[in-house]
Amino acid sequence: MAEPFLSIQQVRKSFGATTVVQDFNLDVEPGEFVSFLGPSGCGKTTVLRMVAGFEEPSAGKIVVAGKDITRLKPNQRNVGMVFQAYALFPNLTVAQNIGFGLKVAGMPKADADRRVAEMLDLIKLPQMGDRYPYQLSGGQQQRIALARAIAPKPKLLLLDEPLSALDAKVRVSLREEIRSIQKKLGITTIFVTHDQEEALSISDRIAVMYGGKAEQVGTPFEIYNRPATKFVANFVGTLNVLEGTVTDAASGKVRVNAQEVSLKGKLNGSKSGDTLSLALRPEAISLGRHPGRDSSLSGEIAEVHFLGSVIRVRVGIGGSTVSLDTFNSPATPPPAVGEKAEISFSSGDMLVLH
Amino acid sequence: MKSGRFWAWVVFALGAAYFFIPLIATVEFSMRMRRGVYSLDAYKVVLGDPRFQATFGYSVLAAVFTIILGVLIVVPTAYWIRLRLPQLRPVVEFITLLPLVIPAIVIVFGYIRMYGSSSPLPFLASGRGTDALLVIGYATLALPYMYRAVDTGLRTIDVRTLTEAAQILGAGWGTIITRVILPNVLIAVLSGAFLTFAIVIGEFTMASLLNRPAFGPYLQNIGANRAYEPAALAIIAFAITWGCMSLIQILSRFAPRSANRPN
Repeated sequence: MAEPFLSIQQVRKSFGATTVVQDFNLDVEPGEFVSFLGPSGCGKTTVLRMVAGFEEPSAGKIVVAGKDITRLKPNQRNVGMVFQAYALFPNLTVAQNIGFGLKVAGMPKADADRRVAEMLDLIKLPQMGDRYPYQLSGGQQQRIALARAIAPKPKLLLLDEPLSALDAKVRVSLREEIRSIQKKLGITTIFVTHDQEEALSISDRIAVMYGGKAEQVGTPFEIYNRPATKFVANFVGTLNVLEGTVTDAASGKVRVNAQEVSLKGKLNGSKSGDTLSLALRPEAISLGRHPGRDSSLSGEIAEVHFLGSVIRVRVGIGGSTVSLDTFNSPATPPPAVGEKAEISFSSGDMLVLH
Repeated sequence: MKSGRFWAWVVFALGAAYFFIPLIATVEFSMRMRRGVYSLDAYKVVLGDPRFQATFGYSVLAAVFTIILGVLIVVPTAYWIRLRLPQLRPVVEFITLLPLVIPAIVIVFGYIRMYGSSSPLPFLASGRGTDALLVIGYATLALPYMYRAVDTGLRTIDVRTLTEAAQILGAGWGTIITRVILPNVLIAVLSGAFLTFAIVIGEFTMASLLNRPAFGPYLQNIGANRAYEPAALAIIAFAITWGCMSLIQILSRFAPRSANRPN
């Protein structure tokens, strides 16, 4: 296996008696785009700040391209970073902002000017060089911040929630732009976000963090479809959670609200009589019986929300409610509240949460 | 609504009268040197007095050095307190307020004991040494104004993020302070500088007790011995102050605006 480009090894960070990051390990391949995803206070930004050099780990080490950078100062690491609050220098023009790192590095002016022009073209703002940050929109400022971070050709790019201060539309277009620039330059990137859609849509891999630990590291497909813990399953995507009791561990039978479901091979050592949390993604459930879906549960329509192309239906099953989305069909009216309904799903899609 | 506006104008007129009447009276009196007619004789006498030029020049030079010293001390201190030691802010604020409650005369007597000609550091034994002590003393007197001005300026920018953004781009502390922090608090520094200038130009106690040829003792001397010239000097001092204020206003138009300001 090739040497990882960035290796975070057994990193811990404590502030006084509070430990905010514990035994964090992650290897990142060259050119990979890895997202740290988690709720506020889970330690994702602290890990990023340790990689940047703004915080010193209490234990563990950080290696970039085979070099231990754990104790290096931020200005000695050759790492680029984009901040949530843009952090453009208000007294400098756009071109001067982008050229700041080049000037500090002592690059000759002609070369620096050429690189600044190249960066402005890359972010598709070639005419903006003479403007000041306050004359730009939030999205433009963040693109300039990205150009400034990558202008000195850093080994590693760190993005600290760069999209969270922007409005929804700009956020989507900018995240695609960031990903396309990252791919074009092949720069190894760490992206911190609490927005699961953002992380799922642009990452090669995601580290889902909770309580200062990486709960699961995997591709977006793995994280979404095979969550390793209850937290990951709940945090990533919408999830319907049902309580079930193992009735026959050997054959994988589980009772859910007096109805039986077969989960053969998924019970992972559970014994008969154990209570389990079972989860189903909304898109894995259909209203009514469908071929290929081996399990079903009966209930009653509790809520119907017409959202245009999609109809969100909530079905009450015993004490629980299950959400599912169906496509709108002009020929079929949506189900009525109070109607008896049956939902079907493939038992293979049901997740057993530990 | 209309009546509210009327009373607002009345209050404004009263305030303006309170401010302008003594000023107009001083201007009027300063022009009465020649009997029976208004003239600028008092101004001519004052401006033509070599002692005016010498003392004013001395004080301007002392003010410039005081401002440089103040900026060198206050900007890094206020910056570091904001960035790394916010818990020490009340202590530093208290220290910077001390010159307002400790009279200048205490500092001068402290100087005489510490730096007299028989002490191990005989600064007062030479003119240059005394000038240096005077500038240091002036910087102390101006500390409350300079610190507050710079601290207020630092409050308008995101010191921590800008520092980190510069650091990650390879900048060291010198570059961060001179190219990122100072330009963004320049207007605040200028405000502090002009306040320092005003304090130094009019300061009497220190300059007099240290026996330096400054503008403050000259003003006092003229005030005690002449009739019309002190009024002319007061108006000249006003003009200098107003000039400084106008400069702050003009320069603040060129101040860099915050990148985080909502569009």
